[in-house]
Amino acid sequence: MARAAVSGGLNRRLTWHAARLAEVVEETPSARTLVFDVPDWPGHLPGQHVDVRLTAEDGYSTQRSYSIATPADGTRVALTVQRVDDGEVSPYLTETLVPGDVIELRGPVGGWFVWRAADPAPVLLIAGGSGIVPLMAMIRARREAGSRALFRLIYSVRTPEDRFYADELRTRARDDMGLDVGYVYTRQAPEGWPAAPRRLSVADVNNGGWPPDFQPSCFVCGPTAFVETVADILVALGHDPRRVKTERFGPTGS
Amino acid sequence: MGGIVSPGFRGRRGAEGGGVKLPPGQYLTEDFPVLTAGPTPRVPTDTWEFVVVTEAGEKHRWSWAELMALPSEQPTVDLHCVTKWSKLGTSWQGVSLDVLLDGVDTAADYVMVHSYGGYTTNLPFEDLRNGQAWIAYKFDGEDLHPEHGGPARLLVPHLYLWKSAKWVRGLRLTDEDEPGFWESAGYHDYGDPWREQRYQGD
Repeated sequence: MARAAVSGGLNRRLTWHAARLAEVVEETPSARTLVFDVPDWPGHLPGQHVDVRLTAEDGYSTQRSYSIATPADGTRVALTVQRVDDGEVSPYLTETLVPGDVIELRGPVGGWFVWRAADPAPVLLIAGGSGIVPLMAMIRARREAGSRALFRLIYSVRTPEDRFYADELRTRARDDMGLDVGYVYTRQAPEGWPAAPRRLSVADVNNGGWPPDFQPSCFVCGPTAFVETVADILVALGHDPRRVKTERFGPTGS
Repeated sequence: MGGIVSPGFRGRRGAEGGGVKLPPGQYLTEDFPVLTAGPTPRVPTDTWEFVVVTEAGEKHRWSWAELMALPSEQPTVDLHCVTKWSKLGTSWQGVSLDVLLDGVDTAADYVMVHSYGGYTTNLPFEDLRNGQAWIAYKFDGEDLHPEHGGPARLLVPHLYLWKSAKWVRGLRLTDEDEPGFWESAGYHDYGDPWREQRYQGD
């Protein structure tokens, strides 16, 4: 189980670990969750990420960072990887790697974009696309720790088929008391959805979030342009910039 | 660990094929990713200032107009981000730290860089001198966009990019090294990409 003394990667030497793929869960047609067994894994905090290193037979090697999708769970480390069509690493992870294969992981990395179960403050999670992954680790950690911190998730996604963890989020929104889950669809909404597809707006953040005077911890993760927009909205609504933590990925929008 | 080989992984060979040598673990990017721990601060140039505080407490200040009046350089440099991307041949305009530090009386060994928005990062003082660092305010001939640290950022291209503090507002010169924002969160105190100094202990 989760080790209480996880330091969040602070001042501890990070080494490469052999990670054996134990299980694969298909999340969407282009994303899957890879559950690795890492025998000497030191534990991690929800929100942290790992570096993945792949080495070719001729010695060529490259690295990428991926968020961890689950709270600390013994020797298990789960990553949800979205395939990037012209990517160098994600096609290998989502199409070639099979259970039993071994890759290298290093981590956990990042002591800033983390949620600590002892923190009672309300939490606002805003995800764009695969930015849901580290936020899902926080949602799962909340339940596991028995935390009663109030959580709200706003999840912006292109179409219903692009949702990660859709069934689990539906169940948790019902069973995890104090967790609200809301969606914004940008390209195609489900049948009967009350709103036309559109980009996330000030009204979504205002209605689906917490008032600034609740002093919530805000975690925003997604593509760069999405995170820029959402962080600007939060600040404009009066949230203290120091309580708005962000993780951006991908190219700039401009 | 000497690198476990992944059968069937070939990687992208463009980076080496073009005769480009990248630091270990890095890949090439053509666009300009943005990495920031929080919202992007918007700092108007009419209230902007840059302050150097020496270890004796002596303060040196420059307004935006004073910075613009200083002689500038147009360095073309490679950028290496700890998140693994490298971007080659980027064009900047800015004032060399040699110009700003000329006349600052100090024997400090270290610098803590402070930014608007509260970000900090530490580095040895000598890494800011002798043509190695600038206060940059233009990128590709345009005013530096706030996402990339505008109106002005530190540019120290020989270290990982988190040392090139965006929205820079000043330097505090110190005798002792102390960790800044990412360094306190487990990242390396120095951050040399060629020695792959990503995290504490590397």
